[in-house]
Amino acid sequence: MQYVIIGNSAAGVGCVEGIRQADKTGKITVLSSEPYHTYSRPLISYLLYGKTDEEKMKYRRASFYEDNGCEFLPGRTAAAIDPKGKTVRLTDGTEIPYDRLMVATGSRPFVPPIPGLDRVSSQFTFMSLDDARALEKELSPDKRVLIMGAGLIGLKCAEGIAAKVGELTVVDLAPHILPSILDPDAAALVQKHIEGHNIRFILSDSVKEFSGNAAVLASGKTVPFDILIVAVGVRPNTALISDAGGAVNRGIVTDDACRTTLPDIFAAGDCTESRDAVSGEHRVLALLPNAYMQGECAGINMAGGTAVYDKAIAMNAIGFFGLHVLTAGSYQGEDYISAGEETYKRLISSDNRLRGFILVGDVARAGIYTNLIKNKTALSSIDYDLIKERPQLLAFSRKERKIMLGGAAE
Amino acid sequence: MKRVYVNEEWCLGCHLCEYYCAFANSGIKDMVKALKDVQINPRLRIEEAPGVSFAVSCRHCDEPLCVKGCITGSLHIENGVITFDKEKCVGCYTCILSCPYGAIMPSETGAVQKCELCLKNSFGTPACVKGCPNQAIVFEER
Repeated sequence: MQYVIIGNSAAGVGCVEGIRQADKTGKITVLSSEPYHTYSRPLISYLLYGKTDEEKMKYRRASFYEDNGCEFLPGRTAAAIDPKGKTVRLTDGTEIPYDRLMVATGSRPFVPPIPGLDRVSSQFTFMSLDDARALEKELSPDKRVLIMGAGLIGLKCAEGIAAKVGELTVVDLAPHILPSILDPDAAALVQKHIEGHNIRFILSDSVKEFSGNAAVLASGKTVPFDILIVAVGVRPNTALISDAGGAVNRGIVTDDACRTTLPDIFAAGDCTESRDAVSGEHRVLALLPNAYMQGECAGINMAGGTAVYDKAIAMNAIGFFGLHVLTAGSYQGEDYISAGEETYKRLISSDNRLRGFILVGDVARAGIYTNLIKNKTALSSIDYDLIKERPQLLAFSRKERKIMLGGAAE
Repeated sequence: MKRVYVNEEWCLGCHLCEYYCAFANSGIKDMVKALKDVQINPRLRIEEAPGVSFAVSCRHCDEPLCVKGCITGSLHIENGVITFDKEKCVGCYTCILSCPYGAIMPSETGAVQKCELCLKNSFGTPACVKGCPNQAIVFEER
């Protein structure tokens, strides 16, 4: 059996580890556009922050490819898939045959067409190790930085560089920061904390045009800068599949076994859409844990095993300057809210199920909540009043605990 | 594989397991010196309410969500034991968000901490179990 994996990040690595659970000997070829050993993409902000280094950023040990019997092709990029001939053609013209193919091509930064952007001399996106290296070279205490986008990428970037630059402004069209994961109250708390670290926000506003190295905002304000970072969103890399005739919506369409609509071609990670277990909707859930688990599931299926990945939910662990934020699920339903000086908790339930939560500051044991969401646990089967106060196993029945902690069969 | 299992009905709620855990992972040879006037941060925790108490520590799951979700590759499996490399951990808390038992917690260093069955300290076998006076936690195959 010949496996080819396009992509070398979490989903690609998950795929290797999934294949090897079911097939110890089949040949695996891993293609990576970036010429690096697999590294953890979310760590690029921690790299600039000084919390990790390029060696520690390796997502798997140095002997990973060798240990798993992989042929690793760094710096090689897939250009096209021929699903009939079952080959992948690389940009250098090489053709690689496959029996089973994994497309784990991730996503790319979205750069909006804004007048004058092409004439901004010092501009960056923030997705890859090369982006982080290039940005780091430009940082100095006399520089003014403008970040477009107060989402996860923009704000982690801001945290990473705030101490290394003179001024840092973040602008976003949304009325509050982290609009994809926080509500206005939680966002206000986190914003206040971040503002204590040399970061200024301009919200409900957007860049209308660039005039040299100054941004002219919709409100009429002008923000001069030396360095621009564009972090307004990402787009899934779906072209290989759509060009080959596979179904693509916003992301590559996959089923619960991580198959695409093309025979023997699987896909996983940020390039795909998967079914959100809370809402039932198909959507792009671009999260590292999701990518790994989809990749692993695909790998098992590619190697002839049987695996299903049907517990994908939105979940984010993020923190800024020591303040931690954990969120999961969706926020439609009945609220339970408890807030303190630097803490915020919102639990959302509907139809006797926990659907989502937002935790800021006090995040201990949050996984107990996450698993209530994933498992769709009936809240009437636990002591919900107790678990609302804080996540704890006391809220479960003695019988349930016997399974959880005593190894009793379910 | 041998794991730490809880016999809830035998737990006295004495918290000795927590002290043994903190001692075993302190790196200090003398238990009194390790614990006197110290706010302990053990990797195993007692949950209690009137009439009920039990210890919670890592279950060393066969399908560990913490390992699969770890963004750094710090958490990994060695011979069935879920262990982690604290040098690689950046303290993102994805594992805290993932663990169904709430068995991973922040450490004083900014990274996380979890039960590693005392394989990395001088005890070599779970100190909590050794310290339990009533077999409310045991280390065995089930």
